[in-house]
Amino acid sequence: MELASIEHAPIELVMTSESNDNLLGKPLVGTPPVTLPGSLVRTISPAPKPAVNDPNHLDLASIREKLDAAKGPNYWRCLDEIAGTEGFQDFLHREFPRQASEWEDVEGRRNFLKLMGASLALAGLGACTRQPTENIMPYVNQPESVIPGRPLYYASAFPVSGVARGILVESHMGRPTKIEGNPEHPASLGSTDATTQASVLGLYDPDRSQTVTYLHEIKSYASFLTQFVDLLKQHDQTQGAGIRILTETVTSPTLGAQFKSIQQRFPAAKWIQYEPLGAHSVRAGTKLAFGQYANPVYMLDAADVLVSLDADLFGAMPGSVRYARDYANRRRVTGSNVPTNRFYAVETTPTHTGAKADHRLPIKPSEMENFARALASAVGVAGATSTSNAIEAKWFNALVKDLQEHKGTSLVVAGDNQSPEVHALAHAINAALGSVGKTVAYTDPIEVNPTDQFADFKALMADLDAGSVDVLMIIGVNPVYDAPADLDFVTKFQKARMRVHCGMFNDETAQLCQWHIPQSHPLEMWGDARSYEGTISIIQPLIAPLYQSRSTYEMLAAFNREVNEQSPADQPGPQQSGYEVIRAYWQGQKPAADFDTWWKKSVHDGLLAGSALPTRVLAVKGVPSASGAASGGGLEISFHADPYVYDGQFANNSWLQELPNPVTRLTWDNAVLVSTATAQKLNLQVEDRVELRHQGHTVKGAVWIQPGQPNDSIAVHLGFGRTHSGRAGNGAGFNAYRIRTSNALNWGSGVELKKLGETFKLASVQKHFMIDSQVLNERGVVRSGTVAEYKKDPEFARKMTEQPGTGNTIYPQTWTYEGYAWGMTFDQNACTGCNACVVACQSENNIAVVGKEQVLKTREMHWLRIDRYYKGNADVPETFFQPVTCMQCEQAPCELVCPVAATEHDQDGLNNMVYNRCVGTRYCSNNCPYKVRRFNFLLFTDWETESIKLQRNPDVTVRSRGVMEKCTYCIQRISYAKINAEREDRKIQDGEITTACEAACPARAITFGDINDPNSRIAKAKKEQLNYALLGELNTRPRTTYLAELRNPNPEIEG
Amino acid sequence: METQDLSKAQPVELPDTIQVGPVVAPGHTLATVTDKIANVVLRRKIGLGWLFGLFVAFGVMQLLVVSAGWLLVKGVGVWGINIPVGWGFAIVNFVWWIGIGHAGTLISAILLLLNQSWRNSINRFAEAMTLFAVACAGMFPVLHTGRPWLAYWLMPIPNTMSLWPQFRSPLDWDVFAVSTYLTISLVFWYVGLIPDVASLRDQSKKRYQQVIFGMLALGWRGSAFHWARYEKACLLLAGLSTPLVVSVHTIVSFDFAVGIVPGWHTTIFPPYFVAGAIYSGFAMVLTLMIPVRKFYGMEDFITMRHLNNMAKLTLATGMVVAYGYMMEAFYGWYSSNTYEFFMIKNRMLGPYAPAYWTLIFCNIITPQFLWFKRIRTSVFKLWIISLIVNVGMWLERFVIVVTSLHRDFLPSSWQMYYPTIWDIFTYVGTLGFFMTAIFLFVRVLPMISIFEIRMLLPSPMRVTKPRLSEPTKESAR
Repeated sequence: MELASIEHAPIELVMTSESNDNLLGKPLVGTPPVTLPGSLVRTISPAPKPAVNDPNHLDLASIREKLDAAKGPNYWRCLDEIAGTEGFQDFLHREFPRQASEWEDVEGRRNFLKLMGASLALAGLGACTRQPTENIMPYVNQPESVIPGRPLYYASAFPVSGVARGILVESHMGRPTKIEGNPEHPASLGSTDATTQASVLGLYDPDRSQTVTYLHEIKSYASFLTQFVDLLKQHDQTQGAGIRILTETVTSPTLGAQFKSIQQRFPAAKWIQYEPLGAHSVRAGTKLAFGQYANPVYMLDAADVLVSLDADLFGAMPGSVRYARDYANRRRVTGSNVPTNRFYAVETTPTHTGAKADHRLPIKPSEMENFARALASAVGVAGATSTSNAIEAKWFNALVKDLQEHKGTSLVVAGDNQSPEVHALAHAINAALGSVGKTVAYTDPIEVNPTDQFADFKALMADLDAGSVDVLMIIGVNPVYDAPADLDFVTKFQKARMRVHCGMFNDETAQLCQWHIPQSHPLEMWGDARSYEGTISIIQPLIAPLYQSRSTYEMLAAFNREVNEQSPADQPGPQQSGYEVIRAYWQGQKPAADFDTWWKKSVHDGLLAGSALPTRVLAVKGVPSASGAASGGGLEISFHADPYVYDGQFANNSWLQELPNPVTRLTWDNAVLVSTATAQKLNLQVEDRVELRHQGHTVKGAVWIQPGQPNDSIAVHLGFGRTHSGRAGNGAGFNAYRIRTSNALNWGSGVELKKLGETFKLASVQKHFMIDSQVLNERGVVRSGTVAEYKKDPEFARKMTEQPGTGNTIYPQTWTYEGYAWGMTFDQNACTGCNACVVACQSENNIAVVGKEQVLKTREMHWLRIDRYYKGNADVPETFFQPVTCMQCEQAPCELVCPVAATEHDQDGLNNMVYNRCVGTRYCSNNCPYKVRRFNFLLFTDWETESIKLQRNPDVTVRSRGVMEKCTYCIQRISYAKINAEREDRKIQDGEITTACEAACPARAITFGDINDPNSRIAKAKKEQLNYALLGELNTRPRTTYLAELRNPNPEIEG
Repeated sequence: METQDLSKAQPVELPDTIQVGPVVAPGHTLATVTDKIANVVLRRKIGLGWLFGLFVAFGVMQLLVVSAGWLLVKGVGVWGINIPVGWGFAIVNFVWWIGIGHAGTLISAILLLLNQSWRNSINRFAEAMTLFAVACAGMFPVLHTGRPWLAYWLMPIPNTMSLWPQFRSPLDWDVFAVSTYLTISLVFWYVGLIPDVASLRDQSKKRYQQVIFGMLALGWRGSAFHWARYEKACLLLAGLSTPLVVSVHTIVSFDFAVGIVPGWHTTIFPPYFVAGAIYSGFAMVLTLMIPVRKFYGMEDFITMRHLNNMAKLTLATGMVVAYGYMMEAFYGWYSSNTYEFFMIKNRMLGPYAPAYWTLIFCNIITPQFLWFKRIRTSVFKLWIISLIVNVGMWLERFVIVVTSLHRDFLPSSWQMYYPTIWDIFTYVGTLGFFMTAIFLFVRVLPMISIFEIRMLLPSPMRVTKPRLSEPTKESAR
């Protein structure tokens, strides 16, 4: 076997590919596009006028009035709350029929009858079942350092759009189960983002394509190679003029070398990089500003004034994990050490990055360039002339003044979805303010071959249309789904004679290609990639490919000449393995004698030491002329990467689908985001289905009214509406690519919005009921203040509600925690609401996914949730995030009421759940003031799918139907550390245990440790004056507390 | 059977002016009483009406079978419960059914001890109703658990792992309270049946009846020893049952009162629940007895006097319940606790306000009509009022369970609760079960205590007042 030849990776053939062929039952090939289930679409008679009696009707005018009239800090949760319209009608009309659909649902009824019949018939037979014999096989050769029950960690990297995230992968007996950040990797520093956390589920996705197919028939890879190699031979004469290779952005040096060698054989062949989203404008912006491609790297910890022009610094940007850390380090409050930096966010749609800003300004997409130009002009960029600027002068002037006062410590960042001009202006502003080298550095591009990708793609379209493309190999991208709507990719691309697709899924593009080769997941392949600032990581496999998959490297090796008698002996053939490709390349790069040592160290560390790209000094060539992309009037639309499913490549990852959008709190769907004023103007209500028409292309979606969205502009998230992604992604949301054209990739105008008179249920974990916003204030649920308020009274947060003393109870303190006393804090100053912790928790604790229908019934299972609250008016609300999980109360109300003692306290103060004792009365959840307990109302856990079983953490019980569950402070990790410490006869050190959420948090907002240890980080955090207990007045003595958020607003704007 | 004890308990000792009528219509003799009641069981033909009623009730009961089956197949998630509303229809129904049972116990135990002999003609029926209601109630806590097959873990069964229930949990108290209640009620009911079953045994002509009633009669021969022991046993059981009237619903109320949920955590719950239970119990007795009395011509034994007395008790307990509602609202305001105050505002004005106001109408406004003797003595109006009270008491539990949970402490968790079709089927199914049991009961056992009615027979000299209802032909015989 290959095992011997692979170093470091604990590969064990857990499953042979043969045994997995039938996992899915039937292949996805030929599956018709999935339309929305009928039961989701509730047809109502068209309502031409605003339905006053509609219980969900929002009186937007009065909402805005109420918010404007409100005095003092006024937190609110959603628009309905302010509107105060009640759901009486809703209750009266819908009380019974609402879920009568289950009975109406033919499928459900038939299944039910079938099941009833079958269960009666089988009831007696059940007892006769003999458990199948399972043999336990011992290792023939014991792998080194594998101790059953003890995980091993391997450094690797997870590339998204080619850009690496440094990771450590936890491996149990050869199964990768959990992703952690690589502490030594500059893009990670030990943390990860939500997408990376969820990548382990992507590996085990049961809907992954599993076999090589030719015309949807199963073939072997060898038969592909035979045909392909022969085909290539025919192109040797034309120098490969008819060959096109389409990949995502490539930062991998090895892939670059492979392309070079392909071009040696086929000089006329073309390699096109294509991505629907990504750093197109970043590249173009630097070219525009400096005359050459460059890669800007931001140093947020050095920025005293930070301005984001739609830059999703803590979201979709490749360096977001590092950026969140750097920013949070400036926001932490310790004693009298308060945040001194200030963050201004100018956004075309609310993001969780903007939510952290001290000042947030929503502007229409068409105004962004003008804004940037006006800003450039105001800070003295030569040649920038301010045109009309619609921004309020007070706000703008204060910003300009702040920037000018912080020359050299200010930073303006443009977002990926802004035009190259805005990027160039941002670079010019940074240069003018002397920030280059201090808060922003430029390196050579991380891409192997930085190009104008869309221009290349259009050229490919022309070639295809002209019929000059003979062989089109598409690797890892899905243009049939996400190509700009006006290019008519589907028709033109089928003019290529031979279409080869290599992808993780039998996706939309695979459907239209003759050959489909399954692509390896980054956790099962060798590779290399650069991170956002250039550091190269070696990607090493954690497991042998589960299916007959090939990596990009192996696919490109297919272009190698055949090995035969004429060729040199050491020439690699088309069958070259990924490992050989990577190692051969790096051996060529480092031909030192101690290559083996270097190689082992590099693979072990997860990065090549000193491979970060050097910074370059670049001179701004001048201010770009106006792009001329002015608004054509009417409604504007902006296209955004979804924070989790990104461009759609993660659409089938159910963890990411069920992860609530940090701002809209929507799961399983995207929506047409409109502001309150626009909704009022267009007479739209939440969940109204509308048709969007943009440049003749249409798509239908549901409306979500989003506070903070700029007026007269709608925002849509891309990546949804997949038809061939798999069970999780199919039919989730609508495909906004259908109205995204090549001349309006980031935003467009003149959008027509037509109400369809239907509604569509959106599963938001933030339900829209009316509540009294007073409630939030009285209860002191979310607490924040300004730096000035903190200086005046550092204890302001604690004083917001009564804080009972520990002696203030009729219950005697029967137990004193003399050993460990575990505790946790959430620092709301640092938390960016990115949800990485939520996925980390899901991955660590085997938490089930429930699906949209169950989310609509509010039965989601996340042990950790991030509540979102608003403050201020509906146009520009301040947004706050509050992670909530089990508080491990010392006087836990849940424990008292459990009739079977299934939830009990332990000696360290943990509130434990004994799953196998739980009978499921749900009394504990009822009595939990934080509502953090989660119940398996149905059989949510997938016990059937073989591949999913591999993902599970063996240290955590997999829960079944009828059992309550909740956060345990990752008790498995505590126990692990305890056992280690006891064996070594010592106490557990501070920081020795990190909970899954704490480890994942990019901003280090979560602190966990032993409160009894006065030197621990947690003990210090609890002493902070901003430390407050949520619902502390109930005297449940929660072990988890919060550090209230401080904002640092500009007094000139606030005043 | 002519014990001194009970013969003293003649209604004539009460001033005539407050009496609406006699407890037994005039003209009955010992023989006619026995014949009339025993006839229903022994000789009456199976009527189409009864058959139809049983058929309908049995059909409705199948909803319970189907929905419980579906629940066991799929899980408790087929109901509308969610987080935060972890308890829905199941607990609402449980409390409602348990409450209904209380009237039976009150009638059989407390009124016996208080020498209220008018109870003699309704106690058998009310006790049967108690048993069936408790059986209905008992299903819900089991079905509502996530793993019903493990619900027995709530019972203190010695096991190898020395695992006991968690005795601080009110749910565990429930197990003891309800099982005790069921046991005592069953024994009391059965002991009370023995002399009557013996009468049936003696009267029956068919062999199978003789055998079955013979076995059930436990060899009762009516000797003085038997009677003496019987009296003692009844008094003892009445003594045992009496605290149960108070304790069972007190403990049920602890399910809520011990929780910290605003709207549950209140000290008024025990008395308020007990009053509510008796209130709903009497309403249910009226609801059932009025038609049964009519169809089986039992107006002679269940007279206007009985209906009148029960109406008065309904009114009295209704007033206690009204006081409870008032105090809940008062506490919300007076405590100046933000959670309590919000809870009461949310009940009155929140999304479930229609349920709250309907309950106020059903439970406070409607019973006020019972102040009027004209309404108390109008069988049909009384029946309608009893129905409304039944609905109101169900809504009361719905309001307590659901509106308290759906908006508790953290607004981020606030959600709505909507019952599913399976919630409704399960509930309606238990109604079917209850009615099926009642239909069967009236035909296989004497629905009115024969010997106790015989004890009530007035001596002819005592009948002085004109009677409201004319003796039927049969009784004049």
